[in-house]
Amino acid sequence: MVITLASCNSNKSEKASDELAVYQCPMQCEGEKTYSEAGSCPVCKMDLQPIEVLETKVLDENSVSEESIFNLTSTWNTEEGEKIQLEDLKGKTLVMVMIYTTCKAACPRLVADMRNIEAQISKEKLDNLRFVLVSIDPKTDTSERLKAFAKENLMDGEQWTFLQGTESSVQEFANVLSVKYKKISPLDFSHSNIISVFNDKGELIHQQEGLGVDNKETVETILQLTQE
Amino acid sequence: MKTKAFSLIILYCVFQTFMFGQTEGMVYIEGSRYLPLYGRDSTVVEVKDFNMDIYPVTNKEFKQFVEKYPKWQKSKVIKLFADGNYLGNWENDLELKDTENPNSPVTYISWFAAKDYCECQGKRLPTVDEWEYVAMADETTKDARVKPSYNEQILAWYEAPRSNENLIGESPKNAWGVYDLHGLVWEWTLDFNSVLITGESRKDVDKDSNLFCGSASVNATDLMNYAAFMRYAIRGSLKAKYSMKNLGFRCVQDINK
Repeated sequence: MVITLASCNSNKSEKASDELAVYQCPMQCEGEKTYSEAGSCPVCKMDLQPIEVLETKVLDENSVSEESIFNLTSTWNTEEGEKIQLEDLKGKTLVMVMIYTTCKAACPRLVADMRNIEAQISKEKLDNLRFVLVSIDPKTDTSERLKAFAKENLMDGEQWTFLQGTESSVQEFANVLSVKYKKISPLDFSHSNIISVFNDKGELIHQQEGLGVDNKETVETILQLTQE
Repeated sequence: MKTKAFSLIILYCVFQTFMFGQTEGMVYIEGSRYLPLYGRDSTVVEVKDFNMDIYPVTNKEFKQFVEKYPKWQKSKVIKLFADGNYLGNWENDLELKDTENPNSPVTYISWFAAKDYCECQGKRLPTVDEWEYVAMADETTKDARVKPSYNEQILAWYEAPRSNENLIGESPKNAWGVYDLHGLVWEWTLDFNSVLITGESRKDVDKDSNLFCGSASVNATDLMNYAAFMRYAIRGSLKAKYSMKNLGFRCVQDINK
């Protein structure tokens, strides 16, 4: 209980108060020239207008947009035993799917779909890409287990990341992806088969639903995103 | 010295029971096993003892919450956690529209907001199984599902328009002492996304993919319980950031033993 309360309190809004005001002539007599104080334009004598410039752009690059999954602040274990937050994956195009390693029916096919997508991406583009497999069974799928699963399925390369969360963080993550799942027995889940593509800012761009479906659109989305 | 320590322990235990056994505004729900409409493979599920809010969370209570946690105010909530309808019946960040009543259940609320509200009170949202367990009671019986009057009453509500604008606590409490599980608004559950009966689930869920259409009704353990069937259907169609006019919530709390 203490932990949940603490997490509540840490969410108080933080705002960068030191945003610099920048002024510019509304007629742009001197082109893009800007001033750091209010005044009038030396050419046309009009009052300089405050503008929102570069600062916001810089902010955009560092901060996280409203629709980004990087707003989720939960901590995850990777298959390498590291602790990360989703934001640590920033800067790469993300292809995400929810699976569990004891799955016999759909997951092998979902995993095959992921590998199939990977095979269609050229080597140099793989650097800008991360395939992320999130376990819906955090109790069973420990770091070690995920690592073994990765090796078994030839998904142990740099571009593959496996994540173990907690029941609560997995539930939250599934809800962000609109993935539905239900525990049927201790080692078996029923779940939606959805592969989601996020841009490097963590914004959802494309979702592919179903098993063994034509992944052309998904691949095209990835190619577009990795080109930028 | 020893006796003093002993009496302190006793005192602590009494105090703790007092603190956690019964929290203000909540009632104790004694857990049990029952057969819900959709269990795991339509088998009996077990619900542990817990405390449940007597009333749904009201507009007034939610206002206090957003005053304390500005990130859940109407203009500040981020799109990942709530759609555009979020708090749609509020005038601004801290005020309800004139037409709304502070003692009506809060609606236009997303799952993320409801979940955080409960967690910030040291509580949580109820699971589907817990909610349904308490909701099968009528005024006198804890499992009233076999009574024709039980279903008729709920279905009459489903037909009544704008019930979300009514006030809490105006209809009789059920056998557990809980008000308004039926009659005002639908309520969020913690694991609403475990209900796999959406249209999509026919194609994107691995279980019986080709049979799914029919299996939705075959699964129902009690075909008479049409009202519950509607609740599960609604849950199956929800997404966590949806904010709807007739969807509110209440919290529960585990009992620390």
